[in-house]
Amino acid sequence: MSAADLSALRRPNDRLRRRRIVNRGMELLAWLAGAVAVAILAIVVWSVAKRGASELNFDLLTKAPVPFAIGNVKQGLANAFAGSLVIVGLATAMALPVGILVASYVNEFAPRPIRTGVGLTLDVLNGIPAIVVGIFVFGLLVVGHGQSGLAGSFSLAVLMLPLVARATIEVLALVPSSLREASLGLGVPRWRTTLGIVLPQAIGGILTGAVLAVARVAGETAPLLFTSSLVGNSISWSPSHALQSVPVAIFELSESPDPADHARAWAAALVLLVFILVASLSARWLATRNRRKLGRAVR
Amino acid sequence: MSTHDATANTARRPFSGRRVRLGDLLLQAVAGLAALGAVVLLGLVAYKLVEGSRLSVSTFGFGFLTRSVWDPVHNHFGAASFLFGTAVTSVGALLLATPLALGIALFLTELAPRWIRGPVTALVETLAAIPSVVIGLWGIIVLGPVLRDHVMPALHSALGFIPLFGRPTTGSSIFTAIIVLTIMILPIVSSVSRELFLGVPSELKEAALGLGTTRWEMVRGVVFPYARGGVAAAMILGLGRAVGEAIAVAQVIGAFDNGFGWNLFNPGDTLAAKIALDYQGATTNFEVSSLFYLALILLVFSLVVNILAQVIVRRVARRQGLAAR
Repeated sequence: MSAADLSALRRPNDRLRRRRIVNRGMELLAWLAGAVAVAILAIVVWSVAKRGASELNFDLLTKAPVPFAIGNVKQGLANAFAGSLVIVGLATAMALPVGILVASYVNEFAPRPIRTGVGLTLDVLNGIPAIVVGIFVFGLLVVGHGQSGLAGSFSLAVLMLPLVARATIEVLALVPSSLREASLGLGVPRWRTTLGIVLPQAIGGILTGAVLAVARVAGETAPLLFTSSLVGNSISWSPSHALQSVPVAIFELSESPDPADHARAWAAALVLLVFILVASLSARWLATRNRRKLGRAVR
Repeated sequence: MSTHDATANTARRPFSGRRVRLGDLLLQAVAGLAALGAVVLLGLVAYKLVEGSRLSVSTFGFGFLTRSVWDPVHNHFGAASFLFGTAVTSVGALLLATPLALGIALFLTELAPRWIRGPVTALVETLAAIPSVVIGLWGIIVLGPVLRDHVMPALHSALGFIPLFGRPTTGSSIFTAIIVLTIMILPIVSSVSRELFLGVPSELKEAALGLGTTRWEMVRGVVFPYARGGVAAAMILGLGRAVGEAIAVAQVIGAFDNGFGWNLFNPGDTLAAKIALDYQGATTNFEVSSLFYLALILLVFSLVVNILAQVIVRRVARRQGLAAR
């Protein structure tokens, strides 16, 4: 063989090697991207856990904050925790039934074009920035009446509605139509089929959606700034006037120059984060369990 | 007579049937009202923002969008510098997040061993569950100083000839906001892309591999072209998130009206952050109305973004449906 032949033979091999190297490089980058995502989560959670845990104590949950405290006064954020409970609880009470009703209308009654229209409305509602919802509720309920826990919970309910409705629509679609047909075939009227057969079948999935929605809005700050943020330091459970909440408290403390305020912000962030992570993980667990159950029913 | 009674009894059946339909009607009406309520709610949001911003809109008109001033004392308001800050931060975040998210999606669909996929997918979605105020707190206290002391000087000394990377001064900067926004939109872009990549028919991928392509060539030649439209939709959704994020940005960006400064290492401001930080300061009617104007701009943008993304997703779904058949 001549040298020219040899080089002709080697050229494809060189190209193959280059292609393999490029391939390896790209694979490495994709692995790195996966690692970066996990690392970011780990770093954020670790920062909150490390800084929050050292500041976390019982006083945080039971004592109200003391303004202009001098010396070693026991400071807490009990007003924020109480307020968050009230606001998020009321928001859930508003959004959950309406969301389920919207979903059952879309899935059980509505003709096709209306179904698409309501679906698009829910997506658009879901896409409205939280701060815009806050301004909207400010204009709707706060101007002329003043801030209140109720206005705050309404703004959170606006954010929850599309989440709950979307999740419910998805599980209702999973309920096998043979169940509906069997019930209707036995002469059970449609409304009793919906309330007595279809919704109970989907209850697990609806619950999952509700828990995820609660976890999502429990950490929302933006809608509450304009609706329920001008508050005192006393612990209050009444939604008729403005209530402090955990996210707003963290926001305000994080803007403060005082390191002691930062410490309380970290502790509150830890409590909030643990609540949200536990809620969303248990919702995920519920979801997989539920899907398995529905899957069995189909078979 | 007794048989007559019996027929009368059965003859009453349709009547009870009608009562049953009453129940149907009732549930349908209540549920329909709830659905109507959702649509009305959306309309009400638009109406309230238009109403609230009327004073500012009628005074400043579209000039509001091109003027760069926020002076509550003399009632001069304009959003230009906030629009600029919003554009810089969200486009910057999108530029950083998109390749990273595509990498994550490829990792999760093509590369990762099966036992890693589930947990990593769950972890990426957990990242989306962290409240923005917590990310902001972390950004202000942990991330900001690290960027200021290590990353910004390094970028400045290496790439300082580009005006974007000027002299670093503070941890609360546009750059910090970009990084924070990148973290916040990463989960949505990557999870939508992941679902798209999962939808690529394995026949196509196997055919490419069978022709002797490497895995990367298969991804570039089959997966990317197939998912292109969907990835655009994912990016649009991510952009919408970045533009609308108020709290975390307000915490880290430094809230300083910087005009049109290109130095990413200076503080800046965005539409959403401006609204969030003015919640206690806005006292005059004019300023409140101008905040409504800012919110109206955000609303219009989010409507456009979401409808656009929906249109693309639907078109992609239809095409994929055709391809599957």
